[in-house]
Amino acid sequence: MSARDTDLTRTTAAGLADLLTAGDVSAVEVAQAHLDRIAEVDGAVHAFLHVDAADTLAQAGAVDAARAAGTPLHHLAGVPIAVKDVVVTRGTPTTAGSRILEGWIPPYDATLVEKLRAAGLPMLGKTNMDEFAMGSSTEHSGYGPTHNPWDLTRIPGGSGGGSAAALAAFEAPLSIGTDTGGSIRQPAAVTGTVGVKPTYGSVSRYGLIALASSLDQAGPCARTVLDAALLHEVIGGHDPRDSTSLPQAATGYADAARLGGTGDLTGVRVGVVRELAGEGYQREVSEAFARSVRDLEAAGAEVVEVSCPSFEAALAAYYLILPAEASSNLAKFDGMRFGLRVEPTEGPVTAERVMAATRGQGFGAEVKRRIILGTYALSAGYYDAYYGSAQKVRTLIQRDFAAAYEKVDVLVSPTAPTTAFKLGEKLDDPLAMYLNDVATIPANLAGVPGISVPNGLDDAGLPIGIQVLAPARADDRLYRVGAALEHHFQASQGAILDRIPEVTS
Amino acid sequence: MPTFNSEEVARLAALARIDLTPDELTQFAGELEVIAHAVEKVSELATADVPATSHPIPLTNVYREDVVSDVVDRDAVLAAAPASQDGKFLVPQILGEEA
Repeated sequence: MSARDTDLTRTTAAGLADLLTAGDVSAVEVAQAHLDRIAEVDGAVHAFLHVDAADTLAQAGAVDAARAAGTPLHHLAGVPIAVKDVVVTRGTPTTAGSRILEGWIPPYDATLVEKLRAAGLPMLGKTNMDEFAMGSSTEHSGYGPTHNPWDLTRIPGGSGGGSAAALAAFEAPLSIGTDTGGSIRQPAAVTGTVGVKPTYGSVSRYGLIALASSLDQAGPCARTVLDAALLHEVIGGHDPRDSTSLPQAATGYADAARLGGTGDLTGVRVGVVRELAGEGYQREVSEAFARSVRDLEAAGAEVVEVSCPSFEAALAAYYLILPAEASSNLAKFDGMRFGLRVEPTEGPVTAERVMAATRGQGFGAEVKRRIILGTYALSAGYYDAYYGSAQKVRTLIQRDFAAAYEKVDVLVSPTAPTTAFKLGEKLDDPLAMYLNDVATIPANLAGVPGISVPNGLDDAGLPIGIQVLAPARADDRLYRVGAALEHHFQASQGAILDRIPEVTS
Repeated sequence: MPTFNSEEVARLAALARIDLTPDELTQFAGELEVIAHAVEKVSELATADVPATSHPIPLTNVYREDVVSDVVDRDAVLAAAPASQDGKFLVPQILGEEA
């Protein structure tokens, strides 16, 4: 098949990179194919909050010109990418899904955006998300929800539902997400895509609009494990502008994915987390997980059950630590320096009253709930009982991980307890919404990396994901084991996205 | 644990500088009561002998040279502000009339 017959929107990033390097297609052609697809389906999917076709094509044209001039290029140069709207982009509107930042044009780029630009990945646009990344469904976006391309009446996960849906709808081959409690991995699971939360500090947080600074981590989203690994190598590495940035280079991930892609896991020790199973997990999710565990054994891995008893309290600790940090981080939205300013309708127009009026109008319900909860958790008389206790639970969870990694190289669990639920189904029950992240939250509390890889469909034809967790700084293991899982699943059932229905608006 | 009634929510919202409508006060009181009950579990595990962890991967002594770098363009910053004047942010009065 010649490059002209290839559907560029269904080609992997690695495949596009090969076509571009060989000169079979131009970066402008690749960008245009994706912009056309966005124009065709995004009215129904709503993965994007902002698309600037002229800007994308100009970036792609610059790559083509550089290639024509013989300039050495990154292998992914010309492969387009979508970026979650919580990442600041110089000259391109950035809202974090909030009305309070509507129309804000950042005066600088996040470090990871600088790296994408330097590598020559044209940006297709900014993706939809729950407001300030608070949510598991994108329904808390100030600009309306994203629809799951597998079933437009269902949620695409969250908070990074836009970045995941853009991949599943073939609007982008790569995207950037951020994961504070599961916002990369859970959307990946419910859209049949791959999402990686790197080790805390592997990817710079400079230029991410902070939700909870001790939990936030940006990472790669893709349709294959190898593509995610290639993207992680572009955006990772030390950044002197982020004091929590790890000193290590982000290398070896693509090699690990290629090694795992052979399907052989001889000698790898895998632990099944006892506490992330059973009650609350949908039947098909548990069945798909059991099949994947058999695949791991067939691949030569040694699989044992491990217990992480403190994980039971992870959700509770998370919903104290996150609101506490968020209530502090979001204090910057005061109507003074950027974004919305609302003056009170009566009484004196003081800074304090302008701040309260601005936040009352500009923040959505979930953001208000969490700021109030965080204010409560940090307030005099409750600090030790709530925030202090949650920090102790965090220690216990880290000890559970450390004990588990004495015995095994990686841990596995279902990524999310259920497949995609209906839009609106859990909107009026905040606690039910929080439970979607029960399996992903422990990794954020401990700073360890995790990946979600597709591993099945439920009876309604909706995707299921499996999560692999590795010790801090051992992200390469995610790619090796993730690629092996992908290899064995596809060997028996084919690529999951081959079975997605066509989006009809 | 205190009950999350409307008065408590109003007190916290005032501390957090968020104007809430009467409907929001009622709604949040009910929802926060449920959430606060669910997160109480942390105190069962958090015994006195467990140290607190504030950060997943501790790094210490992260310094850089004390030199000017990464200066963001002032006009671009002010262009994105709600109001500016004479190269500065223009903001409402900081203190009330009674101050």
